[in-house]
Amino acid sequence: MTTTQAESLSQSENLSRPNPFTSTAPKRRSPFSALRRVPVFLTIAVLLVIEIYPLLWLVMNSLKSSTEFLNTPSWALPQEWRFDNYAIAWETGMLATTIRNSAIATIPSLIMIIILGVAAGFALEVMVFKGRGGVLLLILAGIMIPAQMVLLPLFTIFFQVRLTGSLWPLIIIYTAHGLPLTIFMMATYFRAIPREVFEASTIDGATILRSFWSIGFPMVRNAVLTVALVQFFLIWNDLLIAITFASSRSLNTIQAGLLNFSGEYGATDYGPLFAAICITVGGILVLYLFLNQRIMKGLTAGSVKG
Amino acid sequence: MKSVLGDRKAIAILLGPALLVYTLFMLVPVVWSFGYTFVRGNALEGFRFAGLANFTRLFTDPDVIEAFGFTLKYAVLMTVGQVVLGYGLALLYTFVLRRSSAIIRTLVFFPVVVPTVAIAILYQKLFQSAPRDGLVNELLVNVGLSGVDWLGSGNTAFLVIVIMDVWRSMGFYGVLIFAGLLDIPEDIIESARIDGARQWSLFRHIVLPLSLPILFSSIIFSINGTIKVFDSVFALTGGGPGNDTTPLTLYMYRTAFAFSDYGYGSTIALLLTIMCLVVTLFIFRSSRRDVTA
Repeated sequence: MTTTQAESLSQSENLSRPNPFTSTAPKRRSPFSALRRVPVFLTIAVLLVIEIYPLLWLVMNSLKSSTEFLNTPSWALPQEWRFDNYAIAWETGMLATTIRNSAIATIPSLIMIIILGVAAGFALEVMVFKGRGGVLLLILAGIMIPAQMVLLPLFTIFFQVRLTGSLWPLIIIYTAHGLPLTIFMMATYFRAIPREVFEASTIDGATILRSFWSIGFPMVRNAVLTVALVQFFLIWNDLLIAITFASSRSLNTIQAGLLNFSGEYGATDYGPLFAAICITVGGILVLYLFLNQRIMKGLTAGSVKG
Repeated sequence: MKSVLGDRKAIAILLGPALLVYTLFMLVPVVWSFGYTFVRGNALEGFRFAGLANFTRLFTDPDVIEAFGFTLKYAVLMTVGQVVLGYGLALLYTFVLRRSSAIIRTLVFFPVVVPTVAIAILYQKLFQSAPRDGLVNELLVNVGLSGVDWLGSGNTAFLVIVIMDVWRSMGFYGVLIFAGLLDIPEDIIESARIDGARQWSLFRHIVLPLSLPILFSSIIFSINGTIKVFDSVFALTGGGPGNDTTPLTLYMYRTAFAFSDYGYGSTIALLLTIMCLVVTLFIFRSSRRDVTA
């Protein structure tokens, strides 16, 4: 369906805008549209099958009983639609607990990252002080440092202060680890705002803190949402820190919980395992459908410079 | 005006908290971890000074050499795969699909935001051979070939890891490079075309040279990410069979937490950090030279 849609769209575009590679009509750039259309649509079709079919396969098998999964071709439609797989997955996979844990770890760190990161980005880009370049470089280095390099000292610290039985280590580490990229991205966004804006507001009698809060922050509101989305996915999908600091079953985040669930039941309860993955993927899909443009923009904007 | 933008108190309030958190939980641990490279032991049992023992062990440990080799092999292959396929996708978006590329872009990008563990379990099942064949083996059997025990041997398991990670991330590189290609001024392409450049020569002499900067950024980004590979390997193969698919990150994790050797674990982490640093600096320098030459 999507292919034909794309097909009709590009055809109509072709009609309205002559192909630049035919000698008569020199308008739009397009080094490739002179290629026969067929291979192009074939490529797109293959691409769509590769991307989407595994997910369809997942949904189909999440609705089969384990015996059916073991005894019929895995691409066949379910003979009997076992929706209770989802209920079983929810219960035995403790999905409610893992979703709650992920939320408890993600939301506070996200808020902290945004507040601290935006303020620091503002200070490093707009304000003038000695050693600004050095501080920025120091923070940039943090983007490159692998988590393994800070894992063991942090484990020692949190073990010593007896925080290892809670989600606090996750919140703190996610905050610290998310700051470098956030500060860097925010500094880049503040660079785009003319310095005169802040100078004008100080002439009007605002303190610099007030200029930041009532003028700077609102002006980068969209960028803040973008940065928050990037950090959300980085934190939500983290595995290393989650299994290191929240290894007990009751503290498992979604990723760690799924891994344990697969380890315990994956060899027998196929249906519920597939159902658990479907729930995980489905939740992200809903968010993605609403915000995909911004997610893409944010992830790529952050990375080109990182 | 300088005095307002240089207000020390305001700077302290804005920058202080972030710098404090960053210093306490990133910079101090890095230095601390460096200190660990000279000791043996762990947080539960205490530490003993070990001199340079960890470093001599690092250079003679066959497991490190194997893990180093795996990391390098994975990083190079993945970088090539990600950047080449990403570039292919970006060219498809920019020059073939043009305005209508949004829906394809959205679909191909989706796996990027899905939790790695979910994808890894899905791939385990797609490529499984026991107790029943997964989808891939079913297809092989149907076209007359025999099924393969994909995750049962090192080479095929490596292949599955690469296929999965390329599948997972190519949409990201597609959009990343696509964003870069959009910056190529249209009149340059147009004038080249008027000068007689056709498809291949237009690509070879105009589009490719102009996309080099974004390709270099992609390569740096890709290598930096793939050297740190952990999630997908950990969830898909757990480093197995044996140690065959163990990258340095996983070897470090196992040394520290399965064998409770923080000293040696930190030494491996240091090696990893140095790799990231060297690769970034190296590519940064070579890309500079290429662009200015």
